[in-house]
Amino acid sequence: MMTGLIGKKVGMTQFYNAEGNLVPVTVVQTGPCVVVQKKESARDGYNALQVGFGSKKSQRVNKPIQGHMAKAGKGAFVVLKEFRLDDVSKYEVGQELKVSELFKVGDRIDVAGISKGHGFTGVIKRWSFAGFPGSHGTHEYFRHGGSIGNRSYPGRVRKGKKMAGHWGDEQVSIQNLEVVDIRAEQDLMLIKGAVPGAKQGIVIVRLAAKG
Amino acid sequence: MDIVGRLEAEQSKKEIPALRPGETVRVHVKVVEGEKERTQIFEGIVIGLSGSGSRAMFTVRKISYGVGVERIFPIHSPRIEKVEVMARGKVRRAKLYYLRERSGKAARLFGEEGSGN
Repeated sequence: MMTGLIGKKVGMTQFYNAEGNLVPVTVVQTGPCVVVQKKESARDGYNALQVGFGSKKSQRVNKPIQGHMAKAGKGAFVVLKEFRLDDVSKYEVGQELKVSELFKVGDRIDVAGISKGHGFTGVIKRWSFAGFPGSHGTHEYFRHGGSIGNRSYPGRVRKGKKMAGHWGDEQVSIQNLEVVDIRAEQDLMLIKGAVPGAKQGIVIVRLAAKG
Repeated sequence: MDIVGRLEAEQSKKEIPALRPGETVRVHVKVVEGEKERTQIFEGIVIGLSGSGSRAMFTVRKISYGVGVERIFPIHSPRIEKVEVMARGKVRRAKLYYLRERSGKAARLFGEEGSGN
């Protein structure tokens, strides 16, 4: 049983569910994903399916990968991603995996994506620090983080101290989101709530690990 | 049309009531109680419209047993069967939030038609 698909975040909107309640949803275009390679434990040491998603011109990828993707016979893909599963014998290279076969309305899923990059940010924006008073003697010290440690003990800054730095543009997973609707003909999935990343970003949708 | 736009168009009702702030309306809302479904009527003054397209909402205010009650409805909700306009008050602003500070006679709107004023 395949456990996930690659998709593209389309955007957010609102959706009336079967009960007529208005729920916030993220629209994700999942698939069609194409099986590019089967990894089998006898040969590769583990069972997995490598799937491709999104089309691009085949001359935009290098020759070795062109040859590898050509085995699926569906042109070149933007993303290749492996999904581990117990039994790959039911799948063929070149087979298309559709949303409607894998997920159904009401399922719980985990979604991973690359969060929006915010660049180098200070502690107020990045960690919601309060900053310093605008008056009462504060001198050139308004958006600082304050003290970062103690004295000769421990004599160093503790690991994980919240400080200014690069924020975002890292992989973020959100667990246990609900599938509100599935549009098989357009390969669309409506997921309740927000999903990491910008519009047009690549996301990985899996069955919930803790569902 | 883009994908989100198409989804929103599909969610939208074909005919929506042309509401204006200051109108006294009767909103017929479907309520599900256990397995039964019935229609409830919420009557009050439209004190504001917000949002656009399929996300548009309207706020209705009424005085219930001396307590002000406001309900915000999505215009395109399938739960709303119909909205009847009972009277049309003459108002000069889009949001009638000043009615919240008024009670009794001061909270009336003077209308053009059907309001009895």
